[in-house]
Amino acid sequence: MPFTRHVVADACVALPVRSGIGLKPEHFHEILDTRPDLGFFEIHAENYMVDGGPFHHYLGRIREHYALSIHGVGLSIGGESTLDETHLDRLAALLDRYQPESFSEHLAWSSHGGRFFNDLLPLPYHQGTLTRVCEHIHRTQERLKRSMLLENPATYLEFSASTMSETDFIAEIIRRTGCGLLLDVNNVYVSCINHHRDAHAYLRAIPATAVGEIHLAGFTRNVDPHADPHDDGAALLIDSHGTPIDQAVWNLYEFTLDLLGPIPTLIERDNDIPTLPALLGEAQQAERLMQIRHAKLHTAS
Amino acid sequence: MSTAQNFADALLDRDAEPPPGLSTWNGSDPAHRFSVYRNNVMVSLIDALADSYPVTQALVGESFFRAMARLFVIANLPRSPVLAWYGEGFGDFIGDFPPASSVPYLADMARLELARVRAYHAADVVPLTVTALSKLLTDTQRLPDVRFSLHPSLHAFRSAYAVISLWRAHQAQSWTENQDDALETALAEIDPAQPEDGLVLRSGLDVTILAITPGAAEFILALQQGIRFGDATAHAVTIDTNFDLTATLGHLLQAGTITHAESFLHVGA
Repeated sequence: MPFTRHVVADACVALPVRSGIGLKPEHFHEILDTRPDLGFFEIHAENYMVDGGPFHHYLGRIREHYALSIHGVGLSIGGESTLDETHLDRLAALLDRYQPESFSEHLAWSSHGGRFFNDLLPLPYHQGTLTRVCEHIHRTQERLKRSMLLENPATYLEFSASTMSETDFIAEIIRRTGCGLLLDVNNVYVSCINHHRDAHAYLRAIPATAVGEIHLAGFTRNVDPHADPHDDGAALLIDSHGTPIDQAVWNLYEFTLDLLGPIPTLIERDNDIPTLPALLGEAQQAERLMQIRHAKLHTAS
Repeated sequence: MSTAQNFADALLDRDAEPPPGLSTWNGSDPAHRFSVYRNNVMVSLIDALADSYPVTQALVGESFFRAMARLFVIANLPRSPVLAWYGEGFGDFIGDFPPASSVPYLADMARLELARVRAYHAADVVPLTVTALSKLLTDTQRLPDVRFSLHPSLHAFRSAYAVISLWRAHQAQSWTENQDDALETALAEIDPAQPEDGLVLRSGLDVTILAITPGAAEFILALQQGIRFGDATAHAVTIDTNFDLTATLGHLLQAGTITHAESFLHVGA
């Protein structure tokens, strides 16, 4: 393997309780030139599973100045097949090279039968899938020699085979594997609208102490043409990561912070990438909301 | 059949019913909701191809490109979640795609753009120092038996079409205003049926595509196959009597593309 180990000071293996943004190649130069005051950057692991060139050059330089979260989108933890060991090897090499403060993956599947679908696909929640997901997380944590965060999904469909709620399913995974939760507040909002659930109840039901990171992102509005158009059940939200964060998600974020206290928070944007200052503006907004809670905590104590 | 198998099969077939076992809270038909996943899969993979093949897309227009890419995706789903390499075989697919036969250079353009992506992400390898190299290159005794390794980003490209000129004409930064007119004028001056050879390489962080002579292309291809310097030179001359060894070596040296030299003479001598 051509990878070299980067210098990491006495690994404080947690993201700072601040806000961060997704690292995009469009912003490499500006970040190095302006060094914005930011808690951390997050990358999609798979984008950096290349041998060399500009991606590693810039990530290496940026990593010298910022905390890093590596977020996988291709491990297919929710899949029926056994985990792809080659992919785990690639992840291990990437984590070894950049020594990130956090590693996370999704409660979803993306590969089946050796084919990769490039989307986060849903799974039924029952004892069989629970056992399998836990086995996959055990194997991942064993291979990567660290605990991981698992992200709650945005879904558009449910399965009649499901016997557990998503929050019970996630809580049991966390209990059995010791992994943490990457709480995607946008996904909570999107899924709760799509499945007519109470987002506040969802947030109260998750294991609060397991949350290691929060994601905030934008969604797009769609309509389910098969539902009664006069009913609010016709709304179908798509987790597109291509728009600014919606006010409804900001509100839910504030509710989350009131429940959990300040948590490292990522502004996620993968499509229609805006200017760096626009993303930093959303990061600052998240940080302001966290600071209010910090202040409250101090007053209380 | 498993849940995932049913789901996966229905993702790829626009006309298929959604898989069994899906439910919605209000009892509505799950078909529309399922189509969100189907759409995500297809659009994201077509977008991945569009990112890697911008000039191929520009040559045929977005709607033709996306329709062609959709067929490629259905027949060739990625085998790996590392999408940087997705599209291997797209050039061959285009070459065998009858609706694209009126654009005979399209397949080679896709191959050239794949080489560009590969060069961009190729491993970082330190070149030999000029001092070490000039010592070797002036040692006429040993030189013919030397086996050179070239930078992994390097790709010599031979085409029956003018793909290097066509690619260059599409690099938007070279046009300041009136882009479409300028592009059209530039394209009008290119005879697509003129064979061209090119060299794709990354120098530092930038990938460049240079026009080279047939001899230079053959020489580089021979070196990459591990053929010794003397034999590679002789081979290039038989293909191209105008082969300019000095100029070719100059190119390779200047771009820092010679990464290793293995000499065989000193082993026995």
